[in-house]
Amino acid sequence: MQDDDTDPAITLYRLQACPFCERVLRTLDELDVPYHSRFVEARHSRRDGVKRRSGARTVPAIVDASTGVTMSESANIVEYLETTYGGGSTDPGLATARAAGEAE
Amino acid sequence: MNLGFDVVDLEPADPPGVGETAPGFRRPLVTDEHWEDVALSDLTDEGPVVLLFHTMDGDFPATYIWQEVRDRGWDEYGAAVVGCSISTPYEHSRFLEEWGLEAFRLFSDPANDVAEAYGVSHDLDGMHGIHEPRPAVFVIDGDRTVRHAWVATEWPEFPPYAALEDAIESLEP
Repeated sequence: MQDDDTDPAITLYRLQACPFCERVLRTLDELDVPYHSRFVEARHSRRDGVKRRSGARTVPAIVDASTGVTMSESANIVEYLETTYGGGSTDPGLATARAAGEAE
Repeated sequence: MNLGFDVVDLEPADPPGVGETAPGFRRPLVTDEHWEDVALSDLTDEGPVVLLFHTMDGDFPATYIWQEVRDRGWDEYGAAVVGCSISTPYEHSRFLEEWGLEAFRLFSDPANDVAEAYGVSHDLDGMHGIHEPRPAVFVIDGDRTVRHAWVATEWPEFPPYAALEDAIESLEP
């Protein structure tokens, strides 16, 4: 938990030492968006909880309770965050099309 | 326990007493699926908390206690029943899964600072450099006040489950 005084809308599922997850964290910090940080294990057989919530076993994944959005893959997430919280002008539809292929 | 010989006495403990504020802390709280930093006050804000210090996640001291807690249905109380040991989040998560403890959550405190704050630390003989909580249970109300406390004085010693259940039930509305 980054902020003690509020209940952040965003939950980030992450893996220790995962560079794609760190990329998303950097974006959240740059945009000053509070979030719950939730760690999972590396092996996919241990990721049923992530799949149940985001639809996929990959991390990073975010669940944004304020918009109802769940999303996987760091390129997607970064674009979504910048569009939603950065005052950017990117069309959210493009983010999906530009999804990078990482599968941590 | 009557074994016909003396069991080891633990060094004196210095736990917070009934009526005192339970020391606050924030540590990763582990489920069978994930972990995240949570403060004790986050839990007490929601209601009573049963904070159960246990030995590292292995057979048998930790497994004895948690199987008993599971079998007695402590997850059905209107209190958050949470453990705390020096085991890492990875170990906690596997422990919960292996022993069918998915209804419970465990704080991970490898540095043993929480047990130190609660005055229930124990230096392990023959495991140089490792200290961990002795078994201890604190029943804490929604104001973070200790309402009941039990701390092991012998090694091994297991919680007086029925007395603790009385204390937990007395907090329920």
